[in-house]
Amino acid sequence: MTLALALEQLLNGLQLGVMLFLMAAGLTLIFGVMGLINLAHGSLYMVGAFACAAVASATGSFWIGLIASFACAAAAGAIVELLVIRRLYDRDHLDQVLATFALILIFSEGTRWLFGSFPLYLDIPRLLQGAVALPGGAQYPVYRLAIIAAGALVALGLYLLIGKTRLGMRIRAGESDREMIGALGVDIRTLYTVVFALGAALAGFAGAMVGALQSVQVGMGEPVLILAFVVIVIGGIGSIKGALLGALLVGVVDTMGRFLLPQVLALFVPPSQAGLIGGAAASMLIYVMMALILAVKPRGLFAAAHA
Amino acid sequence: MKKLISAATLALSMSVSGLAVAEPLKIGMITTLSGGGAGLGIDTRDGFMLAIKQAGNDEIEVITEDDGQKPELAVQIADKMVQSDQVDILTGIVWSNLLMAVAPSAVAQGKFYVSTNAAPAALAGENCNPLYFNAAYQNDNLHEAMGEYANKDYKKMFIMAPNYPAGKDSLTGFKRFYKGEVTSEVYTQVGQTDYAAEIAQIRASGADGVFAFLPGGMGIAFMKQYAQSGVKISIMGPGFSFSQDVLGAIGDAALGVKNSGHWAKDLDNEANKKFVEAFQAEYGRLPSIYAVQAYDAGQLIASAAAKADVKDTEAFRAELLKADIQSPRGKFKFNINQHPIQDIYVREVVKDGDVLTNKIIAPVFTDHEDAYAKDCKM
Repeated sequence: MTLALALEQLLNGLQLGVMLFLMAAGLTLIFGVMGLINLAHGSLYMVGAFACAAVASATGSFWIGLIASFACAAAAGAIVELLVIRRLYDRDHLDQVLATFALILIFSEGTRWLFGSFPLYLDIPRLLQGAVALPGGAQYPVYRLAIIAAGALVALGLYLLIGKTRLGMRIRAGESDREMIGALGVDIRTLYTVVFALGAALAGFAGAMVGALQSVQVGMGEPVLILAFVVIVIGGIGSIKGALLGALLVGVVDTMGRFLLPQVLALFVPPSQAGLIGGAAASMLIYVMMALILAVKPRGLFAAAHA
Repeated sequence: MKKLISAATLALSMSVSGLAVAEPLKIGMITTLSGGGAGLGIDTRDGFMLAIKQAGNDEIEVITEDDGQKPELAVQIADKMVQSDQVDILTGIVWSNLLMAVAPSAVAQGKFYVSTNAAPAALAGENCNPLYFNAAYQNDNLHEAMGEYANKDYKKMFIMAPNYPAGKDSLTGFKRFYKGEVTSEVYTQVGQTDYAAEIAQIRASGADGVFAFLPGGMGIAFMKQYAQSGVKISIMGPGFSFSQDVLGAIGDAALGVKNSGHWAKDLDNEANKKFVEAFQAEYGRLPSIYAVQAYDAGQLIASAAAKADVKDTEAFRAELLKADIQSPRGKFKFNINQHPIQDIYVREVVKDGDVLTNKIIAPVFTDHEDAYAKDCKM
């Protein structure tokens, strides 16, 4: 194993982590502020990817598609909040899970109805095509570096938004005490819609970025959603900082596990067996990590101070 | 109680069917029409219905239901179709794990099962069954063809498949014929969408070729990421990874990739020209291998129905075995285990106008039989 390979895998882990952060940030914000478990977050990710693919193929520009993904996911989020989610805040988590699960089915079949069952084509923009040389001689795709940069920018933007602006102050206040902020005259209903739309826009943005790398198809959001839940549980529910750290941790551990475990096992058993067992063990690794972290810190790494 | 009721319905249905004269042939099609794998099921359904329509036999009735790629749902639908709809033949399942949940119990209840795609080894050898037919291939076949093809120009291969039974069969099939060195054998997660870690391993492996079995969305993601990675080692795979249903979404990254198949759009025979034309006219898109296989399954059933009554199991089976059809694949006949003996080709992904499609380069196997037929005692 060379240094170049290890560096490349580390970057891969970072890139996966950054993408998970975009998903987890919205999820944890929504849970932190409104106390809502939103299973349909993966559907918003899919909406972003489809919006980007459809607009990019109609206009020929990935960048317009990217803006469309932001707008469409935010709009879808706002509409869903107004029509459905708003009625769920006072219900218990089981009702929320049931209703948002129903939303997954509606979004999936609705998307299939609009776009059909075959995957859509979305290519990487010309500007970000190809690969650059890494120190050590390996090549690395420009687009993945761009995802890392975009994720870092979003993290910075969220930090400024929540720490330095009036909206951020209200979000933090909403996290600490929902009744009190309402009593102080803040329009809590609008705040909820804005937070939900913001979370949805981040998910849609992640979907569009990843859609160009993977395939844009119905049901693409659910596997990511599961990882995003792992991330926010590790990071501490409601904490953006925790989501960032949890996402990077999950991304790097998952990538390194998939890469290193079969190699380590190959020292003891025949290579074909090592591939099979190592592959299976690697897919469990992040869940094992989650269990260990929860055993030490039952409320995650950066649990919010209140209940 | 449940048993009593089902026994009563069975008795009742038997007495009713005993009275009826010249009953229609009922076919139950269970396939995947929703979820990520729906593209394959839709092609299966459309290919099959085209054959039934062309047969013009009013006595054939097809009931279609969606299994959502879930084994438990497929089993429920199959039970319903057998017991309350009283179908004579089941067909349409795309995935091997679903097929294993449905087909053995269907044939045990005296129904025919004609597979349009899935062909697990478990049903091809010792456990072959007179009522189970496979109109597609045996799971290992296309992988075996790639192994044979790789012998020619490749000394070291990196091979990769998802970690599930068909993935394992795939690499086993490849290695059965490949004589060179396998540098790494990597199993990825089923439904995995990010292949950065595997691509880094390919780069470091020193192999001169990569064999990847990644059907559906997995292949799309892998090929797009591979094209961006700057790795230049050539890719090959079985036809599933580069079938018509995914080529559009992979885009130009698929151009030039070699893959194996028992059919391609340009296969030169009269039946194929007619089929491609009819399929395009009917559905406005190019057929995939799944559509061809289902089309042949439909033709097989229609051809047997024209000559024998499905209630006369022995006669109907004998007619199916004759495979008296004009397959778009050209030659088509059944082996003793009721799986096809057919030619397998290497194809290359090319651009035909604006559309990506496969073109045949050369045959790899002629009259290829699967490795399990010898264990089938029928």
